Amino acid sequence: MITASKAKTDSKDRIFFFLSGILLLSIILYSYWISPLVTVAILTSSLRQSTPLALGALCGLICERSGVMNIGIEGQMLLAAFFGFLVNVWTGSLLLGVISGIAAGMLAGIIFALMTVSMKMDQIICGTIVNLLAAGLTGYFYPTGINATGKLKAYSFPFLSELPLVGPVLFRVSPIVFSTIILVFLVHFLLFFTQWGLRTRAVGEYPRAADTMGINANIVRFYNIIIGGFFAGLAGAFLSLEAVGVFERGMTNGRGFIALAVMIFGKWTPIGAWGAALLFGLALAVQTQLQFDQVLSIPHQFTGMLPYLITIIVLAIFIKRNRPPGSLGVPYEKK
Amino acid sequence: MIATIRSFIIPVGSVIFASLIGGIVLFLSGSDPIEAYAALLKGAFGSMTSITRTLVKATPLMMNGLAVAFAFKAGLFNIGTQGQFIFGAFAASVAGFFIQGVPPVFHIFLALIAGGIAGGVYGAFQGALKAYSGAHEVITGIMCNYIAINITDYLVNHPFRDTSPGNIVARTPLILETSYLPDIEGIPGGFLISLLSAVLVWWVLKHMVLGFEINTVGAGPDAARYSGMRVQRILLITMLISGTLAGLGGALEIQGVEHRFQPGFHTGLGFEGITIALLGRVHPFGIIPASVLIGAMKAGANMMQFSAGVESEIIDIIQALLLFFVTAEVFFKKMIPGMRWQKGEKLSLRAGWGGKV
Repeated sequence: MITASKAKTDSKDRIFFFLSGILLLSIILYSYWISPLVTVAILTSSLRQSTPLALGALCGLICERSGVMNIGIEGQMLLAAFFGFLVNVWTGSLLLGVISGIAAGMLAGIIFALMTVSMKMDQIICGTIVNLLAAGLTGYFYPTGINATGKLKAYSFPFLSELPLVGPVLFRVSPIVFSTIILVFLVHFLLFFTQWGLRTRAVGEYPRAADTMGINANIVRFYNIIIGGFFAGLAGAFLSLEAVGVFERGMTNGRGFIALAVMIFGKWTPIGAWGAALLFGLALAVQTQLQFDQVLSIPHQFTGMLPYLITIIVLAIFIKRNRPPGSLGVPYEKK
Repeated sequence: MIATIRSFIIPVGSVIFASLIGGIVLFLSGSDPIEAYAALLKGAFGSMTSITRTLVKATPLMMNGLAVAFAFKAGLFNIGTQGQFIFGAFAASVAGFFIQGVPPVFHIFLALIAGGIAGGVYGAFQGALKAYSGAHEVITGIMCNYIAINITDYLVNHPFRDTSPGNIVARTPLILETSYLPDIEGIPGGFLISLLSAVLVWWVLKHMVLGFEINTVGAGPDAARYSGMRVQRILLITMLISGTLAGLGGALEIQGVEHRFQPGFHTGLGFEGITIALLGRVHPFGIIPASVLIGAMKAGANMMQFSAGVESEIIDIIQALLLFFVTAEVFFKKMIPGMRWQKGEKLSLRAGWGGKV
């Protein structure tokens, strides 16, 4: 019974998303026909805005699919942005900067995993500790008078970037934006078509059953949190090394939390979360463009709180419709 | 008796461990930890003025700690105290300069009530989101904090901007002196009101039906529902009261210290409230010393920066460590032999995204 009704709503949802996708696509094509430059600018900007959200959502869903609620993504991103920037300044290498940003995200993940999985502390408090620690450490060691040494530049693919519309949007992009797209599909494949994915989902839904099958739930959770740290770290590196070029105090601005709403909106699936992140990005980009063209003259404080408002609305509407993993937030203790 | 001793061991031990590790961080970053802590203590308790400063700093912390602890009792994690605090502060400052020609004592209370209502309504909004849509209060709370910062920033820049000649900063006009909180016997009035609030919170939780209902919902919403309690309503009321406490904290800060609202005021207070609530073992009377302690750290931070040259952000690191040690029961279980936990002593909040309230 349950599966039948679930299948029915699923197919309804699919039709809905399919139709709205077609509608969105035709709007984009139409606006491209009217003014190609503005359309390309909006799409490029929405892709950039969506990148940290999509990466943060990947971190969130890898943790949550195995039953761990990670609200420390914000702090992981902040630490990663900080260390990525510092290493870039010290070594002059953007690549090393990105790598150490990722390492910082994973290190923060290890701390979070030690607290939640090994010490079985309350997961919300653990996330708060990570956020607080990140804010404190980056504030205390905040370097003054350091000059930025550049940021990651966009790369143009030969031939492909010459295509109309798709070319400049998808194939003339900076490296982290592009790798995010690949990572989304990679994680989707891994989560739904590999042994790791099956184990992760089993542990997230019903750890005791997984345990009976010989899967150590706590070990799965431990390394999933660290894998999640990879994505949060990349998101942080994106912020300081690709989007802005310098580190600023509190520069994540709640993106780690918005990413969680994005993840819920995308029903805990990577591709769904990516779609949700793109919608968020599009909303922000359109708003910026309208503001820029002086079509809208809303005070910047109101446009600035748009992402936060959307997050609340998304949460309020979709949390009941989209079902979270079964054992979410409950530490697993062997009987 | 043993339980009482134990309830002291963890907070005190946490403070010791957190300061030790904070000292190591200080040492590694090239400062002298002893000199830094000495300056901190001197700045916090060294003279009569510094003690007053500590109490002044402790006031908003205590109100936020109480707000967080009150919500904790119903299993809610009110991280939105910051936004409620800001709205409370803003409403109190508007009431402070807008209402004119009322007797001083009356004016004080009007502004306090305005602050409490503003915070309470905002808290109730987040409670309603949780109770009726199931949206997790941590995410909505943080989003609401950003929204509150943006809205007050707009209001201070446009409709309520201080238009006195020579002013170029975005801020509200000074509140009238009739709404200033007085010092009583050298103790800041705001601190006394926050002490009174702690007693009131304790009374509500211990002796009122509502308190019993809140505790039952916190222990298990299913059990509460089966015994006929209206869980959603209780969650809403809890957040209303919690928000009122935070908003009142904002009003005390305006009327006692700042005397006008300026943007960028008290960021990060919500997280401090959580540290204090947990450090005080989620008990109103535990929150009093906890907030004085954190208040002392904040009061001494300036002195530390001035005389020992240590960045005041070290306080944030120590607070994160404090939060860790207070929550990490396992750590103390291993450290202290014979330390065993009784049921219900371990802290746990409602898990998951709470789709089914």
